[in-house]
Amino acid sequence: MQENLVINNTQNLPVYPKLNYLNNGHTVSSWLLTKDHKRIAILYLLSVSVFFMLGGIYAGLIRLELLTPKGDLVESGTYNKLFTHHGILMIFFFLIPSIPAVLGNFLIPIMIGAKDLAFPRINLLSWYLYIAGASFTLWALIQGGVDTGWTFYTPYSTTFSNTYVIATGLGIFINGFSSILTGLNFIVTIHTMRAPGMTWFRLPLFVWAHYATSLVMVLGTPVLAITLLLLVVERVGRVGIFDPALGGDPILFQHLFWFYSHPAVYIMVLPGMGVVSELIANFSRKRIFGYTFIAFSSIAIAVFGFLVWGHHMFASGQSPYAGLVFSFLSMVVAVPSAIKVFNWTATLYKGSISYDTPMLYGLFFIGLFLIGGLTGLFLGAMGLDVHLTDTYFVVAHFHYVMVGGAVLAYLGGLHYWWPKMFGRMYSEFWSKLSAMIIFIGFNLTFFPQFILGYMGMPRRYHAYPEEFQVFNIFSTAGASVLAVGLFLPLFYLTYSLIRGKAAGDNPWLLPGLEWRTTSPPPTENFIETPIVTWEAYEFGEESGLYDEETHHKSEVKPVSLFDQN
Amino acid sequence: MNNSWYIPLFPEQASTFAWQVDALYAYLVAISIFFTVLVVGVIAVFFVQYRERVKFAIPEQIEGSTMLEAIWSIIPFVISITIFVGGAIVYYDQYRLPTEGMEVYVVGKQWMWKIQHATGQREINELHIPVGQKIKLTMTTEDVLHDFSIPAFRTKADVVPGRYTYLWFEPTQVGKYHLFCQEYCGLNHSGMGGYVYVMEQKDFDNWLSGNTANQTPAEAGKDLFVNKLGCASCHGAEGKGGRGATLVGIFGKPQKMVSGQTIVADESYIRESILNPQANIVEGYQPIMPTFKGQVTEDQLVQLVAYIKSLGGTAAGSTPTSAGSSPTQTSPNTQGSKNFGNAGSNGASPNGSTPGRMN
Amino acid sequence: MAAHIEVHDAHGHIHHPALQHHFDNMEQQKEAVSIGMWFFLVQEIMFFGGMFLVYLLFRSKFPMAFAVGSNHLNMWLGLLNTIVLIVSSLTMAMAVWSAQTSKRNLQIIFIIATMFLGSVFLGVKAYEYYDKYESNLIPFSNTFRWEPEGEHLIEERKMIDEHAAPNSVEREMVANNYYQFGNKVRIFFWIYFAMTGLHALHMIIGLGIMLWLLYGAIRNRFSSEYYAPVEISGLYWHFVDIVWIFLFPLLYLLGRHFLE
Repeated sequence: MQENLVINNTQNLPVYPKLNYLNNGHTVSSWLLTKDHKRIAILYLLSVSVFFMLGGIYAGLIRLELLTPKGDLVESGTYNKLFTHHGILMIFFFLIPSIPAVLGNFLIPIMIGAKDLAFPRINLLSWYLYIAGASFTLWALIQGGVDTGWTFYTPYSTTFSNTYVIATGLGIFINGFSSILTGLNFIVTIHTMRAPGMTWFRLPLFVWAHYATSLVMVLGTPVLAITLLLLVVERVGRVGIFDPALGGDPILFQHLFWFYSHPAVYIMVLPGMGVVSELIANFSRKRIFGYTFIAFSSIAIAVFGFLVWGHHMFASGQSPYAGLVFSFLSMVVAVPSAIKVFNWTATLYKGSISYDTPMLYGLFFIGLFLIGGLTGLFLGAMGLDVHLTDTYFVVAHFHYVMVGGAVLAYLGGLHYWWPKMFGRMYSEFWSKLSAMIIFIGFNLTFFPQFILGYMGMPRRYHAYPEEFQVFNIFSTAGASVLAVGLFLPLFYLTYSLIRGKAAGDNPWLLPGLEWRTTSPPPTENFIETPIVTWEAYEFGEESGLYDEETHHKSEVKPVSLFDQN
Repeated sequence: MNNSWYIPLFPEQASTFAWQVDALYAYLVAISIFFTVLVVGVIAVFFVQYRERVKFAIPEQIEGSTMLEAIWSIIPFVISITIFVGGAIVYYDQYRLPTEGMEVYVVGKQWMWKIQHATGQREINELHIPVGQKIKLTMTTEDVLHDFSIPAFRTKADVVPGRYTYLWFEPTQVGKYHLFCQEYCGLNHSGMGGYVYVMEQKDFDNWLSGNTANQTPAEAGKDLFVNKLGCASCHGAEGKGGRGATLVGIFGKPQKMVSGQTIVADESYIRESILNPQANIVEGYQPIMPTFKGQVTEDQLVQLVAYIKSLGGTAAGSTPTSAGSSPTQTSPNTQGSKNFGNAGSNGASPNGSTPGRMN
Repeated sequence: MAAHIEVHDAHGHIHHPALQHHFDNMEQQKEAVSIGMWFFLVQEIMFFGGMFLVYLLFRSKFPMAFAVGSNHLNMWLGLLNTIVLIVSSLTMAMAVWSAQTSKRNLQIIFIIATMFLGSVFLGVKAYEYYDKYESNLIPFSNTFRWEPEGEHLIEERKMIDEHAAPNSVEREMVANNYYQFGNKVRIFFWIYFAMTGLHALHMIIGLGIMLWLLYGAIRNRFSSEYYAPVEISGLYWHFVDIVWIFLFPLLYLLGRHFLE
């Protein structure tokens, strides 16, 4: 092993090991049977990208169909499958695994100074479960697809739809276990694997956010699993838990479904908030404003998120008293989200803000998430929700949270840690251009949908009255801009792997533990276990990043920060 | 009321709830604009003011401020409570059924609304109601979830199999308003809807006592087929077929039945198929058609037969598939037609298949 | 210094052989696996919790049908199984204790005893399932047939009369349900099969884990220094037992007396 480490005695610094996680084995099995969290993260990166593209193609077809009021591009049955497939692929196979399984998987062990996740084999199993679930679902979609909407509302899904509900449901069921095991792994890792000196309140907020997310994954996903199991057996065996014709209760399905699926929104957006906390603090070169408030607001969101599922059902015939409680609690959840937004804004104050691509994404996130969150209040107010539910207002709202929030955070995080993951820098010009295009395209696509929704255009409509066409044209035009913006990273990021200039270990001179190891990191993340003596986002002299005389730094000093005995 | 350049941002306010919902909406829009402008403005100022001037400089480090945290926790909390209270008040009015009011019964079915007035009048995908009266709907469904939604009234309710749900409103303005199904219900979900006609009391009384129309029987039949009875949701907008058998070119031709026998599709066969659909099922189709017995008058049956005849195509007479018959689609809606000024989809498009789409 | 730096997967050679490379020491490893198991059990609670919710909802909706269904279950077999599982929890606890005190032979005996009791449980369960199959009470099969027995329907009718206001929609719907009594009993059996089936599946997985423990015990892998696998398997086994402790009264006992 010694030859892997070159000791440069003149500076008394260990220089990068030749061996890193990427070149440590080139065989197929060294990837497919790897237990290294970083390699598993790369496997996830590739697979979620495939599903993001597939889901994006479906979205494009939906927008094309809606360009004209007549249902003239595809048949209505095909259209119903388009939006169902779009929802299922994007939610279960892209958004839920995206940030946790790619960025979280790669970074949590590094950020807390561990060699790996607590259960590396379970981590690999998670990826295989994801692939198995995804293949199952994909097979169902290729065979003929499913047309129930991603919500699988009964009794349509149990009795009336003659599409591949069972196979799709089982695919999502299997995928659920991937999510549960990932969450379990993160929780245990964060509890037990922190490096010496890495106390809970020295953890980066990215880790706090993932801790909260993992709680939701572990507590919520089993309920979805049991719900889908009931659905599948009901469809196979004709027993009537949900079918009123057989004595069942279709509203029960909605309760069980949303008990998971509302918290699932937080599975998608909480990690995004974690990423943005990193971006805002690091690119302002400041300790984040109100660290503990942001940390605990993540936990508060995770906890309260479990108590608000009924706000999806104000018009469904549930008891109005239940509705009151759910409406009230939904308003309460708004507060921790507001706290985060204000703290991010305050962090910028008197900072030293650089305009790098990840920071652009971070700022875009704040703006779009703000709109997504505020429009959530519209839908939490019962009297208004009755008018707005199941219209395009809802569609616009959750796309602002899911795309404007989660996807932009994912892209921001990917750009931020790309040099760490692959040791290469992407084109600053193209990445900024693409971020701008995405931002403009996104707003053009989804903002008109708020207006459409208030005018009453129902969601999941294959054809619509002509007075709605103007805004649909805007929306479709925006979608094509958005598509261009989302395709660009595919090219310039891939190009950077081949021709990108070496990034160095710490291209932005940041204090987080991940920047104190090499790029790409070695298989066990650090040459030796770090001892943490600084706070999170510590830019002061404690951080050891800066020359005492000039007070700003010119040279990167990676692993040398650790005591070499 | 809509000029060609005018793009509406709100649906019409046509019920007593509408102003309440719109007021709450306006309040929330104001809050949203305020906070968006505040946060985005502050970010923009900081972004310029505190841009990085020296590469990797360390700015002054600020830990946070409990006072500020308290302020920006409590203020949003108070505001969100006002929203909650506002929402609850508006909802309470919608939820509480009035004691008196005109009763209407609604049954959802894939993919049509079957509506019956207390007086016994039946309609499909249309609801005629008098202005200024409280209307109470008692709703259920034969199959899956549906949602009875009238955006102009700012109200809706899911229709749930196996139980009854209720909806009430008081229309304030004469007019023709969209009726949508807003809970996804399968294949032709977007076709499951029509119009609500709010009429002056005397027009409504007229309507109750019987329709008048100056249309040819075939045109009237097409109107029934496409708009009023919802036949088109299974038999296709121009009778081309779908879940239900195709009707183009069948008239006078022998049809093969599931039972093996062959029947010539003459007038009495068509009449029988509408009133008693299960009697003879055409080969290749499922026995899913509901009976229209009691919902269509003899006059209307004649008109339907006339329309199906006109689809025959072999005999003389125009094929009513495209532009030829379509402009007349604006007038057939009898009482409703006088309120037809807005860009209802029928009038605006010269394309023949339009009415079938958004009936 | 550099000699100890290993960049690829390997076990540190100066440590306990069971220490995995990415843990610093045995305490950390033990803590990780036991926290992991606790959170896994929380996940299991949510999994079964969904089923318990469904049970509660339908039980309150159709109390008579549930009473009727419950009377088709054999309480004595249920009781036998409850006792078997409680004893198996004891033997499991003894197995953990013998691992902690490095008593290899006792460990093997207790693991085998636990496996034996687990198998008895599954055997009894299989017999009960077979019995339901014989009486055509398999809810997800086309052969499901539940013949209404006069007196139960009279009870049901009485309940409708007592609880529903005359001429109400409620009454109409309850009356409608009256004719669907068979369907409601079917729902009871579906919940019975779903809950006990999931539980039995957990038992089977438990037996697999026991087999693995047995192999480890025979090879003398567990000792007072390294007993985490035995301990967390014990946690799992106890959890599965506790689920049964809830299932037995809910499915077999509650509502029996309604009809007697």
